[in-house]
Amino acid sequence: MDYIKELVFIVIGAILINNFVLSRFLGICPFLGVSRKVSTAMGMGMAVTFVMAMASLITYIVQYAVLEPLGIEYMQTIAFILVIASLVQLVEMVIRKASPGLYQALGVYLPLITTNCAVLGVTILNIQEEYDLLQTVLHGIGAAIGFTLAIVLLAGIRERLDRADVPKAMQGFPITLIIAGLMAVAFLGFQGLIG
Amino acid sequence: MKALKVLRNGILDENPVFKLVLGMCPTLAVTTAAVNGIGMGFATTFVLVSSNIVIALLRKFIPDKVRIPAFITVIATFVTIVGMLMEAFVPALFKSLGLFIPLIVVNCIILQRAEAFASRHNVGLAALDGIGMGLGFTLALTILGSIRELLGAGTVFGLQVMPESFSPAVIMILPPGAFITLGLLMFVLNLISMRKKREA
Repeated sequence: MDYIKELVFIVIGAILINNFVLSRFLGICPFLGVSRKVSTAMGMGMAVTFVMAMASLITYIVQYAVLEPLGIEYMQTIAFILVIASLVQLVEMVIRKASPGLYQALGVYLPLITTNCAVLGVTILNIQEEYDLLQTVLHGIGAAIGFTLAIVLLAGIRERLDRADVPKAMQGFPITLIIAGLMAVAFLGFQGLIG
Repeated sequence: MKALKVLRNGILDENPVFKLVLGMCPTLAVTTAAVNGIGMGFATTFVLVSSNIVIALLRKFIPDKVRIPAFITVIATFVTIVGMLMEAFVPALFKSLGLFIPLIVVNCIILQRAEAFASRHNVGLAALDGIGMGLGFTLALTILGSIRELLGAGTVFGLQVMPESFSPAVIMILPPGAFITLGLLMFVLNLISMRKKREA
């Protein structure tokens, strides 16, 4: 029972309490760059979710089956980023063959995922927190849902903002950052959720 | 003259944080104190300069198709080196920057400079570009870190600046403070550059 409770905590923690974007500051580039429309934000979220779950799984295997037995843990950064880069490439190829429609929708955002620090961040955190395989994958999925939640919420606000009269010097990044700040204040409220 | 322009470009005209809006994750995450800002800035500068030099040296040998994975491997190598050096010589800073040291690999500034500058110019210019961009990044992080530390803890670089009676606004050190401070800073910079344009 305790184990299941722990799993629930990991997922909820990654989505709300330690939201990857608003409290850990991971994945800010796509958060600011791809949040102009809800539909594209949603697409980006889906792609990231898939890559994060897969990357968590594969880096877990790489860490405990390759790096640790060989005693080359210091190669972690290089190994993980290569895993992620090739994973993104693979996902791109598979989606292009299997579902051209989805590929059209995600197309541009797929290569961007390699430099999304949330993906590398989650894989390194998994190792630091010494999660087991199931926890690792769930943490990856939770983190990705948290990312999707934040980016879709921001996109929703920005769509409405298009109709507002924002001072010229405030347009673009300044106002977006301040909205993100206010969202982060709201997410601070989740801090006491799990005692 | 061209060398000076490349150097200035990174610090002012194309400041990576304020103008190019790249490398936002470390910018927001580590600037809870001025010291962290400067530490992160120098670590990134080291990686930027070294990877720019190596990529400029190899630019004729790397096939176009695999250039991105090749760049990332070069960058990741230097990030590993800088992580090891920091762990050995400045363990306290290494601990407070934590996760964001390995994450220098995915700092968009470095890959962007590799792709946009180092792979097209000679070694000297590429090194200067790395220094300029690195210093611009360090400057931005230090400014942001100082403001947040001043308002959130009443100190700058750990030195008490505000009077005793000042009660720190803790929100500035918490995540929302990062977004709001950077947003307001960019707003002020926009105002200044708009005024300059009007005068010109």
